[in-house]
Amino acid sequence: MNFQLTKEQEFVRKMVREFAVNEVEPLAADIDKEHRFPVETVEKMAKYGLLGVPFPTEYGGAGGDHISYAITVEELSRVCASTGVICSAHTSLCCWPIFKYGKAEQKEKYLPDLLSGKKLGAFGLTEPNAGTDASGQQTRAEDKGDYWLLNGAKVFITNGGYADVFVVMAMTDKSKGNHGISAFIVEKGDEGFSIGKTEDKMGICASSTTELIFQNCKIPKDRLLGQLGKGFKVAMSTLDGGRIGIASQALGIAQGALDVTVEYMKARKQFGKKLSQMQALQFTVAELATEIEAARLLVYKAADMKDKGLAYGPNAAMAKLFAAETAMHVTTKCVQLHGGYGYTKDYPVERMMRDAKITEIYEGTSEVQKMVISASVLGK
Amino acid sequence: MAFKVLVCAKQVPDTNEIKINPETGTLIRDGVPSILNPDDANALEEALKIKDKFDDVHVTVITMGPPQAEEMLFECIAMGADEGILISDRAVGGSDTWATSNAITAAIKKYGDFDMIFAGRQAIDGDTAQVGPQIAEKMDLPQVTYVQKFEISDDRKKVTVERQLEDGYEVIEIALPCMLTAIKELNTPRYMSIAGIYNQNKDIKVWNAADIQVDLSTVGLKASPTNVFRSFTPKPKGKGIMLDGDSEKDLAKNLLIHLKQKHVI
Amino acid sequence: MSTNFADYKNIWVYAEQRDGKLMNVALELIGEGHKLSRDISADTKVCALIVGDGIGHLAQECFEYGADQVYLIEDPLLKNFTTDGYTKVISDAINEYKPEIVMYGATHIGRDLAPRVAARMDTGLTADCTHLDVKVANYIKFANENTTLNTSSLDPDDPDTGLKMTRPAFGGNLMATIICPRTRPQMSTVRPGVMQKMERMEGATGEIINVKPAISEGDIRTKIVDIVKSAKELVSLTDADIICSGGRGLGDPSGFELIKEFADKVGGVVGSSRAAVDAGWIDHSHQVGQTGTTVKPKIYFACGISGAIQHLAGMQTSDIIVAINKDPDAPIFEVADYGIVGDLYKVIPEIIAEWDNAEALYDATTK
Repeated sequence: MNFQLTKEQEFVRKMVREFAVNEVEPLAADIDKEHRFPVETVEKMAKYGLLGVPFPTEYGGAGGDHISYAITVEELSRVCASTGVICSAHTSLCCWPIFKYGKAEQKEKYLPDLLSGKKLGAFGLTEPNAGTDASGQQTRAEDKGDYWLLNGAKVFITNGGYADVFVVMAMTDKSKGNHGISAFIVEKGDEGFSIGKTEDKMGICASSTTELIFQNCKIPKDRLLGQLGKGFKVAMSTLDGGRIGIASQALGIAQGALDVTVEYMKARKQFGKKLSQMQALQFTVAELATEIEAARLLVYKAADMKDKGLAYGPNAAMAKLFAAETAMHVTTKCVQLHGGYGYTKDYPVERMMRDAKITEIYEGTSEVQKMVISASVLGK
Repeated sequence: MAFKVLVCAKQVPDTNEIKINPETGTLIRDGVPSILNPDDANALEEALKIKDKFDDVHVTVITMGPPQAEEMLFECIAMGADEGILISDRAVGGSDTWATSNAITAAIKKYGDFDMIFAGRQAIDGDTAQVGPQIAEKMDLPQVTYVQKFEISDDRKKVTVERQLEDGYEVIEIALPCMLTAIKELNTPRYMSIAGIYNQNKDIKVWNAADIQVDLSTVGLKASPTNVFRSFTPKPKGKGIMLDGDSEKDLAKNLLIHLKQKHVI
Repeated sequence: MSTNFADYKNIWVYAEQRDGKLMNVALELIGEGHKLSRDISADTKVCALIVGDGIGHLAQECFEYGADQVYLIEDPLLKNFTTDGYTKVISDAINEYKPEIVMYGATHIGRDLAPRVAARMDTGLTADCTHLDVKVANYIKFANENTTLNTSSLDPDDPDTGLKMTRPAFGGNLMATIICPRTRPQMSTVRPGVMQKMERMEGATGEIINVKPAISEGDIRTKIVDIVKSAKELVSLTDADIICSGGRGLGDPSGFELIKEFADKVGGVVGSSRAAVDAGWIDHSHQVGQTGTTVKPKIYFACGISGAIQHLAGMQTSDIIVAINKDPDAPIFEVADYGIVGDLYKVIPEIIAEWDNAEALYDATTK
């Protein structure tokens, strides 16, 4: 057992923190207010390898590991959760399944551009009638001999409006249920594929969350990702990894909120004392810091297990469940510690509180995490 | 043959983070991070820009310091430098700028051929701006300090720079090899890249006094022509008046009354 | 290294000129050199060293500000400063005339030239000095008045007249006094604006020594293609009576529009903290502090400046310091004569609005 980050991981934190403070934080309030996807930040992330952290250099990745990836998402989210999820959805939900399940030609075709950030990725599973119950896929893919024909729609797709490459689930044989689902790679510009409405959200307002619409969408036969009928497995294993990303995002939001709150408490005086000198508030800070540290250990452990090739699904679920609830609790408390100012947009904690909520919902709600965890504890 | 650029850099305490213990009047250095000296980061960035422009450029960062200065070389290589050299030896400890430039000059001579040297104008711990020019003197190189703009000809024979002055700048042509010292206005240093951090073939060499074959009578505390006679912290000024007022307008009025009273406005 | 100290005599001031005009710091250093020379001995002289082409007329000004002698080095190749040319002729002159002390202004030129000369002479150089002494008794007095140094181990009757060069280090967190005990000359660069010029003595004269430079075109390895005077707006922080400075607390670069409006209203100049410069909000030429300009205005308004020690180093000797900051614990309040805790975006507009009423406001309080 070793709780020490490696030298490389420490440097990743130093680098991403500098990047986040200089390039991301100055935009965070504005892009939240304007609901503007930060294209310029994505370009900068690409330049420094933040969009291909845990992948080998042979495909254009940065050659890092999943702990350094978790640190990357954490540090970005510490100042801007929208930027954090752009990185997370791209890396975990699009690059990873292609890396894991793609044929050699698919990897060679897609990964260099994705991992270097020349292209951005997204993932399409959720449908209007298939949310937590992802098995109820209504999007169909028909084998038309020399091409696949896709019809249907996906909703709540992170990076939707700005992605170039999409990993999409569709039913290829409805009679087989989950075993009739297959995964496909869809490209922006494919015939019959369009982006629908952009959601107007409570938080992570700078991330692009859209519908994907397939109307007689024709894609070549070589776009099948993984084996026919194994799409549900592709999706579930992808989400296992995605949960490490979202857990890291939640961790970052919580840490960011506490950091600005500590700064505020040292400055703000009431009753002739700094807030930081009041024991009741000191104890609150102690509890929040402890929760955050516990979340961090869960997140890094799940990432470490993934790096070591161990079965990490339930650990990723635990990490996401705990980190998301920590983010919600910590940000709510941090708004409280700021008093009235915390409720205004002059301070970042209200944004962090709105951003935190999504971490309890997407890539599996907290309830889904409990299903995953309880199944592993109680047996299926 | 590769075009070789040397960058002289120093690991320094982040002086923005240093505080004084109000009770003892001593420096609080605990928890103060060590950083790549800011002007040196500009020097490295300019060298890396040459590397971006031409295919066969080799950038070597050279520093002198304690063993932990290797961390800074790690950072420089993660930013894109090819090689790092750390001169580390008790014998060179306590060197002033004259003695430091002797040690670095010896190391550069051991290094061998190069095309140009970049250094930061000055380090934030000492703010002397002396080591760069003193290396240039000992290497018999022409120098331009306070470089705010840099251009190299396509044949890499000629360099044109802008040298900052208080009231403008000079445009100067200088032949290679030469020593240029960089200021903040020159460029914006890049970050490390993740791939750079994970590059497993970092070429970092640690050289001691014997390696660089430096005359031991020219380095270290005892050889340094300048010595610290005394050091101390400045005396804090007495406490002023915190102004009261129910509104910003009241505060402003109160201030103006005080300033008028003092006959300063 | 030179060891025969008896051969070295007199204080030289490198009297930097640009375009045939002496820099202010040259006159300040002549004033300081005059004082120090008398402290060393009655027959120690302060000498100005002027290098250039067709600059003989500057000697008179040096005499009027206290120089006993002027060394003139003139040559068409020395018209503009070049490191190679000036280092050579100055080093040759030092070798020939052996001054005990050489002082330079810590200008962009002085800080280029001095280290090069010091390296050629193999002697020590102390950068950016803010205080100089030769007599131990004077040093003790300075230390007792201005520093936390315990001077009990120093003997005021010590006959030592070596140059004691005091300068800030570690971003102004620490002051160090540096000596150069084993080599000559002792050399320092001195920060502009800290030493006092002497009262001008109209018509004062002295001895001019023309030094023949041994310089040829091949000695100069750089070529000045152009000299551009800054198109930047003129900031003369050193001369300003009032400075309005902004820092990180402005929140963003547009905050300097308010600071500019404030400065225009009060007849002041815009300054800034290092943090604001580092953030890219304002040009470095506005920076006050250890790595910027040292200022001593009648009133210094610090707006949204927390008071990092390196900033304080450059402004704490201002006559009156007014701090406006929303953090009541900001260290700037420790040095402020008047502190206002509040939002600078609300406070400054009120000061601007009330500025012209100050007299009436004051009168109202005395009635």
